[in-house]
Amino acid sequence: MVKIEAMIRPQRLEEVEAALRELSVGGMTVTEVRGMGQQRGVTHTYRGSTYTVNLVPKLKLEIVVPEERAEEVVDAIVQAARTGEVGDGKVFVIPVDAAVRIRTGERGPAAL
Amino acid sequence: MAAFRFGLALAGLTLCSPALAQGGIDKADTAWIAVSTILVLLMTPALALFYAGMVRRQNVLSTMLHSFMLMGIGSIVWLGLGFTLAFGKSNGWLGGFEHVLGQNLSGSAPYGSQTIPSLLFFLFQMMFAVITPALISGAVAERMKFGAYVVFVTLWLLLVYSPVAGWVWNSDGWLFKLGTLDFAGGTVVHLASGVAALAASVALGRRRALSHGEPILPNNLTMTLLGAGLLWIGWIGFNAGSALAIDGISMVAFTATQIGAAPGMLGWLVCEKVRTGKPTALGAASGLVAGLVGVTPAAGFVTASGGLAIGFLAGVACCIAVTWKNRLGYDDALDVVGVHGVGGALGAVLTGVFASPLANPAVNDALAKGRASLILTQAIGVVTVGVYSFLLTLGILKVVGALAGGLRAEAEAEDTGLDLALHGESGYNL
Repeated sequence: MVKIEAMIRPQRLEEVEAALRELSVGGMTVTEVRGMGQQRGVTHTYRGSTYTVNLVPKLKLEIVVPEERAEEVVDAIVQAARTGEVGDGKVFVIPVDAAVRIRTGERGPAAL
Repeated sequence: MAAFRFGLALAGLTLCSPALAQGGIDKADTAWIAVSTILVLLMTPALALFYAGMVRRQNVLSTMLHSFMLMGIGSIVWLGLGFTLAFGKSNGWLGGFEHVLGQNLSGSAPYGSQTIPSLLFFLFQMMFAVITPALISGAVAERMKFGAYVVFVTLWLLLVYSPVAGWVWNSDGWLFKLGTLDFAGGTVVHLASGVAALAASVALGRRRALSHGEPILPNNLTMTLLGAGLLWIGWIGFNAGSALAIDGISMVAFTATQIGAAPGMLGWLVCEKVRTGKPTALGAASGLVAGLVGVTPAAGFVTASGGLAIGFLAGVACCIAVTWKNRLGYDDALDVVGVHGVGGALGAVLTGVFASPLANPAVNDALAKGRASLILTQAIGVVTVGVYSFLLTLGILKVVGALAGGLRAEAEAEDTGLDLALHGESGYNL
């Protein structure tokens, strides 16, 4: 199993969600996060005083899938989350040792 | 304002209504001033909302508390000593002690030749005494020790606000006798607090976050807009109530106030559009307050078009003035200097420019020596009150700093946020 961690633009969530539903991906966790990368910060102006906020809001998606499905899920996320502008985000794939469904105690891919 | 009419009546001039001439209580006047008093009271919680929305979320409660504290302290100090220092029998500089703890005030007899009970005049004036020191709190937000703040505003109310109110509004006050026009407090309330804010910003120094280059983002500007809207409503009582009657002057002041706030808001937005390309909601809230500040000293002395001009000029001027702090380096956290100091000074001088006998026959007397002389008189009021408030504020803060072991909260408290560090609570537990 692998965990796919995707940092995406908040406004692309609907598209990504639809793409994953298309692939019948079983579950996903979404967290509001702030981060920095190549995208420059956002400038706020209050009464003429400007402040640059370097950490920009993103969403972190966490999806655990059987290893053989990783490629198609990553492709789907990348396609749905891309705008072509700097700041589209990143996807990481991380090995997962174990998984348990708390309700039934099932383990491994069956728990996903 | 009140004492202005009072003084004219004493001088045998012709502003008095028949009821006033007989020294009786007028029930309509009394009802209107009671309502106005409530409206002015509303302005202090409104100010708490206005200010609290602009600070970072870890300081939202301490900032609101700064305003609310004045509803506690200000009411009692005004009863104990403040009112009598301002409105007792004055030697020109300070009132006598006949009204200490509310003595010689009555629910049925008027103060001087007014047509409302003296207790109501005392209460109406109390609300001004409550909000004025609270205005200063915007300059010291996010870093002042709470105990030091409490002692500071108490002393400021007694040593700065009360004497200055007496100079300008007591019929024996020296600025009143000089002919300074201040209908509802451009000099007494806004200039005095705005200049004190400058002194306090300098005395306290800059917030640590600014030196770190940390962005200081307002926690909730929707609160600030609500506060500004409620201030506008309360301000009608502040200005139109300052006629101390429901009469022609009161309606002139009502009109000028409404017509002053509107172009203040629009003027600030135009200024922002030109300077940064983006008009902002915070700018709209700030601009309407700037317009109201500007028109406050003029309200009962100008026609609607005078109010229009003053409001617009105040909106634009204050929009420019709030950026001075970045160049000059003082940390006036919520722009009390830029809005109340600059708006108050400008409004006071413009009152001399736009005061019109068409709005108020008393202006004929003010213009007896010509308009240039009136503008000069207004400028004398601005300079003397400004210098007095600045120096006294620095002196009070020096003493309070020595007593309290420093004016500023510990560095760690400032970094944590004053709500948790000084008060053990936080505004948002989401």
